[in-house]
Amino acid sequence: MTVFPPVTTVTARPAPLRRDNIDTDAIIPSREITSVGKTGLAAGLFAGWRYRAGTRDPDPDFVLNDPRYAGTAILLGGPNFGCGSSREHAVWALHEYGVRVVIAPGFAPIFAANCVRNGVLPLVLDAAFVDAPLTVDLAAQTVVQEERVWTFAIAAEAKTMLLGGLDAIDLTLNDAPAISDWTARDRVARPWIYIAAAV
Amino acid sequence: MVAPIPGGALIAVDRLFLHERMGSVALQALAASGRKVADPKRVFATMDHIVDTRPGRTGTLVAGGQAFLDATRTMTRAAAIRLFDIGDADQGIVHVIGPELGLALPGSTIACPDSHTCSQGAIGAFAWGIGSSDAEHAMATGTIRMQRPRTMRITVTGRLTATAKDLALHIIAAHGADGGQGFAVEYAGDTVRAMDVEARLTLCNMSTEFGAVTATIAPDDTVIDWLRGREFAPKGALWDRAVAAWRTLASDEGATFDREIAIDAATVAPMISWGTSPEQSVAFGAVASSNAYMSVTGTVAGLPIDVAFIGSCTNGRLSDLRRAAALLGGRHVAPGVQALVVPGSSAVKRAAEAEGLDRIFIAAGFEWRESGCAMCFNAGGETFAPGSRVVSSTNRNFEGRQGPGVRTHIASPETVAASAVMGVLTDPRRLSAPSLAA
Repeated sequence: MTVFPPVTTVTARPAPLRRDNIDTDAIIPSREITSVGKTGLAAGLFAGWRYRAGTRDPDPDFVLNDPRYAGTAILLGGPNFGCGSSREHAVWALHEYGVRVVIAPGFAPIFAANCVRNGVLPLVLDAAFVDAPLTVDLAAQTVVQEERVWTFAIAAEAKTMLLGGLDAIDLTLNDAPAISDWTARDRVARPWIYIAAAV
Repeated sequence: MVAPIPGGALIAVDRLFLHERMGSVALQALAASGRKVADPKRVFATMDHIVDTRPGRTGTLVAGGQAFLDATRTMTRAAAIRLFDIGDADQGIVHVIGPELGLALPGSTIACPDSHTCSQGAIGAFAWGIGSSDAEHAMATGTIRMQRPRTMRITVTGRLTATAKDLALHIIAAHGADGGQGFAVEYAGDTVRAMDVEARLTLCNMSTEFGAVTATIAPDDTVIDWLRGREFAPKGALWDRAVAAWRTLASDEGATFDREIAIDAATVAPMISWGTSPEQSVAFGAVASSNAYMSVTGTVAGLPIDVAFIGSCTNGRLSDLRRAAALLGGRHVAPGVQALVVPGSSAVKRAAEAEGLDRIFIAAGFEWRESGCAMCFNAGGETFAPGSRVVSSTNRNFEGRQGPGVRTHIASPETVAASAVMGVLTDPRRLSAPSLAA
């Protein structure tokens, strides 16, 4: 079963947002999360920077309010992108806005894992791109801009999940017998783990 | 480890903790997919993130927040998951109650859709923060697919006169908010061995601000003595058997790590953040850089504050409140400063009241609240005025974290208490106290 559109090749003029430590509170402030669900979040994306204080008026100084980058599928971030809160809403908001690839020198681990579960490629690369469209090819693990080509590394598991748009739960349930066997053995080896609810 | 996967493993989850803000989403998505919770006895939920913390509370002050509380109640009941609701004696911040109730055990795996889950590694557990999708996965399968992290050992030696919070900020300021990115960190050394469990929880808590996947400390007598008799800890013969197993959990002599960092505890002084990342922190007395959002240029000590906040999963435990109260003594909060104490759990609140800490705080001019995450972050409920300067015993000084335009300085509870009294950011060593050792 696919749970999100597979990420294969993505072409866009990337929006540069190259500050350090862009945290998930910046990507979506908690106060923008107003319903129990995974949708209706794009309007809150980067809300603290995207709108003038106390309003919903676009701040023209923010990159995504520049018509050249509005609605882009590729974001260029700085080191430690996605640090802070584990809120998956940050990735849901990015995806709903249309972002399919974030390129940054490094990602916070929980954010990167959340990306892989939702069809957003966290692409680790520290490169001097120019202000022009580029193409990311996940299968080939390349980024191409004009005449230049960069290669990037990605964990095999993440690549498979993103290329297939795969549901991790489905994949794991293929191992259901191994899980039951393991749990049966563990109940004998570490019985104290399994007593909690009996208290 | 249940089975290998490319680059990692399918890891069995011994404890999945949920809270109303993210757990509700995961529970709802799981139900919508038609899947069941594989083993509800290993899942526990609490109300902490957006609950009202004012005395006499009934719900939340967050607009639209009631739906999160309602969904958590409905879904946990339907799935037979134990919920520590408002009013339950065991309610509290998830990373405070996990260890406090003896749900977090050495050698156990603990996951929770919250980045500060790494706190609970202090018990000698493997505890890490996940997203909502992985929480759903953990409920459906009892496992999580995990990539193998790199390993780092941080060895701290010598006498620490500052607190565990100061040590954590010292490490992050020295090595960067991504200094531990992708690592499983083990804290070791005689300084760490000498720390009580609550100080260890503070140290491990801040590891997510260092970029780490998880943090742990080898379980020892300090942890084992602390866990004995706790509500969900094993009892009798099972306890003895568990302890025997826990004593084998230390890293091997001569174990190698992908990275090693050594810290001389004598070089750690009380810290204060000046910018909008925890890495932008300095020792009192050192010169900070400038930050426009924070309206800081060079020196932070002496900046007037509007708010002093003590609480959170980082520094909302009994020992934190004791140390802050000891420093307050008979002093009073400076005029014009709003000061609050929010205990990390209902049990912490009761214990603090039993020894009279609430009366010390109230006499000093602090508000004494019910437990929860409170103003550590702003979900749309209670906040502070834009532009106000807050000294906070929490973990994140991000732009807008405590509300639009709010300027947050993170520090130890002692520094918060000292600053509250003086009305300006203050090195706690300027106020005499029995001991600043954590």
